Amino acid sequence: MNKDFLLGKTLEELTHIVLDLKLPKFTAKQIADWLYKKDITSIDEMSNLSQKARESIKEKFIFGNISSTKVQCSVDGTKKYLYPSNLPHKFIETAYIPDRERNTLCVSSQVGCKMGCLFCMTGKQGFQGQLSSGEIINQIRSLPERESLTNIVYMGMGEPLDNVPEVMKSLEILTSEYGMAMSPRRITVSTIGIIPGMIEFLNNSECHLAVSLHSPFDEERKKLMPVQNVYPIKDVLEIVRNFDFGRQRRVSFEYIMFKGINDTANHIKELCRILDGIKCRINLIRFHPIPNTPLDGSDESTMEYFKDQLNKKGITTTIRRSRGLDIFAACGMLSTKELVKRQNEDY
Amino acid sequence: MESKTDQIKLNATTILENRKIAPGVYVLKYKKTKAFKAGQYIGLTTDLEVIPRLYTIASGASDEEVQILYNIKDDGWLTPRLSEIKAGSNLYVTDPDGDFIDDNTPAWWIASGTGIAPFYAMFRSGLTENKTLIHGGRFTHSFYFEKEFMKAMGSNYIRCCSQEKANGLYSGRLTRYLQTIKELPNDCRFFLCGSPEMVVEVRDLLINRGVKYNRIVAEIYF
Repeated sequence: MNKDFLLGKTLEELTHIVLDLKLPKFTAKQIADWLYKKDITSIDEMSNLSQKARESIKEKFIFGNISSTKVQCSVDGTKKYLYPSNLPHKFIETAYIPDRERNTLCVSSQVGCKMGCLFCMTGKQGFQGQLSSGEIINQIRSLPERESLTNIVYMGMGEPLDNVPEVMKSLEILTSEYGMAMSPRRITVSTIGIIPGMIEFLNNSECHLAVSLHSPFDEERKKLMPVQNVYPIKDVLEIVRNFDFGRQRRVSFEYIMFKGINDTANHIKELCRILDGIKCRINLIRFHPIPNTPLDGSDESTMEYFKDQLNKKGITTTIRRSRGLDIFAACGMLSTKELVKRQNEDY
Repeated sequence: MESKTDQIKLNATTILENRKIAPGVYVLKYKKTKAFKAGQYIGLTTDLEVIPRLYTIASGASDEEVQILYNIKDDGWLTPRLSEIKAGSNLYVTDPDGDFIDDNTPAWWIASGTGIAPFYAMFRSGLTENKTLIHGGRFTHSFYFEKEFMKAMGSNYIRCCSQEKANGLYSGRLTRYLQTIKELPNDCRFFLCGSPEMVVEVRDLLINRGVKYNRIVAEIYF
């Protein structure tokens, strides 16, 4: 029998587990402490649980922490970890990005991705599977640098809001008192705009939202991001515009700059028009070409001009520093290299 | 307490037919109450607590019924339940939406599995002139609506069967078929619909063969 992970279970789920095992209800809180607050890696080390309780838990569960099987270190300090997943020959990528006082972990929410964006390396793998909440939490729990971590971004492999149940569970564990007690203001979930998932995330979490925009023009965005056919950016923006983010919660827009495609004066003008009334910031991102792509990145001066113009028009805009280029830190680069891809027989 | 679908506009309707057309593949019909364009999708659920899944409509814009082509996903929530539902049962659907729309200009339609649905909708809506349809499937029974396509499109309808051989079928994956074509047209658009793996692989193949990326329109099932 395959045993289930304890890691990744919410307090409510742990309560169901202990009650099913005829253990006292408070055992759930004790297990949560061991899973999310203390530095142990096995059920045997849960020393405030009786021997009998530990044995009965071990009959059905394993702790669930998994060490990385590979790590690559960039000259700039970025590290990319590869964790085995529950799917054979499929890997989970996690990038640790230290930067002065801010140390960010970029976590994955799926193996591969279904969204098929033209510029994305992860999409080349196709979709391999959903990550469980445990596999998401493990990327943080098993990180050697976890003590120095300040921020978490769901911007690794996969579309987080195409895996809403597991992503929401992982956010609960990260931000709850019983869990890792992180401030939700230190966590950002990035989406290409899956509307039902976005509504659930906005209503049931306090974490920041980042939306991958990449073009303000429908026809152009459609060619870059097939999701535009289903969830047009105007509908995504309407939800963002009408949602009360309060004083602390933030929405930002990710904008990869492609030479001669989305980096013109018309794009600046249209971005200002469609983002009117939304308190937000734009992160401009350099495009680092992936194999066989028809796209090129905008040059440095164009990006600077684009940034300055948007700032002048009142939209706070920054250019994100590229990190870990020497270790293929862009999502999907490492795991796609490791993936043993079989030919799909369905077509 | 708020239902998960409170913020989604759902219309109650009644299933008129839910018919198995191939192993694990069904066609479900309900009465049309909202106009749609060929290529658009609807959201569908049997339970107001469950967020609707999206399905492209497989009916012509003038048809009286909305037809949905679906296959059973063994690990899914909806489709195993949906396949058990009989005519007369309730269903909740969203209004049609989406922008995977073709016109009268030349185009190649490339589909895998149930990704044939939008192209059947376009075909039923009268778009067949200047079109080439390439459908990839695993088995000989994977080519849904093939009789109608064959009759109307003749040699412009190509079925690529990856796991079985039969007369009239190209034996092999559709990507291999595309590689055998000496010259791809440079005056048309390419519409792709199916699994993410197929869409990404075919898009890369077309781009490598000189097709400009902005002539490729993709719809991915997720």
